[in-house]
Amino acid sequence: MGKMSRAAWLYMGVIVILAAALIAPLHFDARGIHWWIDLSVLRLLFLICDSTPTPLASRQSAWSPSSSATLAAVVLLGPAGAALVGVISVFSLRRRLMLAERLFNGAMYAVSGYAAGQAYVALGGAVGTPGPRDFPAIIWAFAAAAVVHVITNHGLLWGAVRLTRQEGRPRDRSRLESSLPLLLGSDLGYAVLGLLIAALWTVTGYFAAVLVLVPLFVARWAMGQFAEQQQAYSATMEALCQAVETKDFYTRGHSERVSRGSGMIAREIGMRPERADAISYAGMLHDVGKLGVPTKVLQKNGALTEEEYAAIQLHPMRGLEIVREIGFLDEALTGIMHHHERIDGKGYPMGLAGDEIPEFARVIAVADAFDSMTSNRAYRQARGIDEAVSELRKGSGSQFDPALVDAFIAALGRDGWTLPGPAGAPPDGQPATAQDHDDPTAPLQVVESL
Amino acid sequence: MTVSQPAERWSSWQDMDSGRLLLLAAAGMLAVAAIAHTAAVRMPAATVHVAAAFGVLIALGELLRLALPGGRQAAPIATAGGMAYALLLYVSSRPPFRELPPQVPALQVIAVTVAGMTIGALPHLAAGRPAGLTGMASRLVAVSCVAFVFRPLAGVQAIVSRWWLAAAVMAVLAGLGWLVNAVIDALIRADDLGARFGVALGDEMRVQWPLGAAVGASAMIIVFATETMGIAGLAVFVVPLLVTQLAFRRYAGIRSTYLQTVRALARVTEVGGYVESGHSRRVSMLAVAVGRELGMSEPDLLDLEYAALMHDIGQLSLRDPIPGGATVLVSRADQQRIAELGADVIAKAGVLDRVAELVRCQSLAARGSDPRPPVGSRIIRAANAFDDLVGGSADRDRSAAAVERLRLDTASEYDPGVVDALGEVAGRRRAGRL
Repeated sequence: MGKMSRAAWLYMGVIVILAAALIAPLHFDARGIHWWIDLSVLRLLFLICDSTPTPLASRQSAWSPSSSATLAAVVLLGPAGAALVGVISVFSLRRRLMLAERLFNGAMYAVSGYAAGQAYVALGGAVGTPGPRDFPAIIWAFAAAAVVHVITNHGLLWGAVRLTRQEGRPRDRSRLESSLPLLLGSDLGYAVLGLLIAALWTVTGYFAAVLVLVPLFVARWAMGQFAEQQQAYSATMEALCQAVETKDFYTRGHSERVSRGSGMIAREIGMRPERADAISYAGMLHDVGKLGVPTKVLQKNGALTEEEYAAIQLHPMRGLEIVREIGFLDEALTGIMHHHERIDGKGYPMGLAGDEIPEFARVIAVADAFDSMTSNRAYRQARGIDEAVSELRKGSGSQFDPALVDAFIAALGRDGWTLPGPAGAPPDGQPATAQDHDDPTAPLQVVESL
Repeated sequence: MTVSQPAERWSSWQDMDSGRLLLLAAAGMLAVAAIAHTAAVRMPAATVHVAAAFGVLIALGELLRLALPGGRQAAPIATAGGMAYALLLYVSSRPPFRELPPQVPALQVIAVTVAGMTIGALPHLAAGRPAGLTGMASRLVAVSCVAFVFRPLAGVQAIVSRWWLAAAVMAVLAGLGWLVNAVIDALIRADDLGARFGVALGDEMRVQWPLGAAVGASAMIIVFATETMGIAGLAVFVVPLLVTQLAFRRYAGIRSTYLQTVRALARVTEVGGYVESGHSRRVSMLAVAVGRELGMSEPDLLDLEYAALMHDIGQLSLRDPIPGGATVLVSRADQQRIAELGADVIAKAGVLDRVAELVRCQSLAARGSDPRPPVGSRIIRAANAFDDLVGGSADRDRSAAAVERLRLDTASEYDPGVVDALGEVAGRRRAGRL
């Protein structure tokens, strides 16, 4: 959270006061020592869960299973206990939390724990360690408590996010909305754990917490491994693409920039995160087939013969040939194969037109042409961003998908664009292309056949 | 968890090796005995629904199999379900509200597990996937061991009446079941891949322990929770394991994508005309086989595979491809330069430093270099030379001659141990076993 508006401060203050008002009148004198011990164990469980968020299906929705501790407290200790367990998130082990955030988190979890507890009691749920007689009647009261907890929690959080978010970033909203069902789903899943802890508590006491934590920690471990592997994967892919680019002085960094540009467009048009990832990879790999084009053709000065032109037109297919075996890339493959198609059907290799061209390919085409125009070439200096944008507009509807051009320009306005470093003339002996097949303003010259 | 077998390799009984056959025979006998016994001794009516619930859980688990790194397959939910049934104490039920001891004999546990697994495997068959008989047999044997030990103990009041004692016994037995599973899988894997059993067991335990812990804990959760919640909530108990399985699926997915990507991108040198088509793939397969022959563990083999796939990537920096791409034919200085360039490319990734080191040292002579190149580099050097000499040809005499030629150079160029292992692997391949 960056700078907070006055409304945000006010909102947080109200929630904190509300939580204090809920907890202050509660009477704890009558509770026995066991109640307090149980409370401490559940608080510990809450903190442990809170400090090990387990990302589920996408990186945007890391969600900690701490709500399971609160909901176990609903059954075992009642509304007051649930509120007190929630309060402990003030002492969250997660670093980089401001005091205001900590206070708000504590208040939010206390309020939602209390609300869940009240819902549970209102529906006839018995407070205390559940016995066999309580099932299955207890399940309905518990389900209601879980739903109330999730709704209160997300409602309060949504308000805070809403008020602290900078204006004019619609992308955040679309991302939040796209992962919302998943978030709610995983939260309800963790809520189920709360009932499980309560049921185990009857038989094994505090050991219940340990038992439930084991699978969660293993899941956490696997997710950590996953994140590590994914990072390694991206880094390796990037390094290999750079190796491919060393063949040509002028196109260094081109893959990475096209990857970034494609990702920008994908997020702008609200693609799901997994697809946005895939298109970034596709952008990275889109020109890998250029290796199959003989170097002397790539570096040729002057007009190309028809055969040479055909060799260049073949590079998307060559790329496809290389990356075809990569399992995850199904949709990315179409992007690589068709990234030189044109909306008017005059592109290659298949001459597809309009919506026949896969979305991935249309996205990559825009980013590809833009980066080519804003990079230095042997036959011209780099164009400015404004000039390149107006070229994109010119090609909009004939070469490019107009909606994607608009999306790219909007994303450019917000995120900006890192231009390639000012490359002078290539040092002696460095290979360099004389013509660029990606440049829409300077089509390849082909010798007219008779 | 076992190696997922390519269908064509084990298409008939004659092709099966003795270890696999023995396992399947043992599991089959267990299954027949268990089903016969259960059919003969009528199940008490009060426990039928318990058996049915666990059968459904096991079937579901078998349906939701999980691919693990290294081509392994597991069915953690099925294993947890089977183990939980084997470890079951009381089931709360109604009416009346009283706990009834389930009175489940071990053979009934096995029969239910067999039934659940069979039903769960049918959709795999229908979808044209392998049935995974070996994996199921391995899981069944593990569950059976737990059942045979624990079912008699479940009647001992001294254990059952103290939850902590019961929990301790269960934890030990879950560990035992896990160990049995790991040993069987290691035996099968060692047989399949020609690895040493000790190394295979180490690999198996390293890969399986996190999931094994989750499975054991989940089995105990199910046992204790049924005491309070009854059998109706069985679906609830699976949630923690489902979360774990989801996480593992993503982990295994990115691992295999990673490998596929490196395999695919290693081919750029072929498409670019730098090396002969199929060279990287052949060298990597040969190198991994040799490494396994020499007793390398799985993480080391993975590094070796990556390094072997990318060993020629440095050629991309050459202006003109080497004729035929055969690095064995160019000068020592050029070889070294290619290796250095390739290692630089790989090191740029920042996460594959050991792989980069293997690539960097591949051009060094096995003896007389200081420091001595790591074994992976020596393997790549020999495998690369072998493939440069033999290529994709399957000619027996040619490959034997190539091994002999490498052997002549073992005084300096190639590691004699590596060349011996290579000869062994190439010999097996000639005999059609690999």
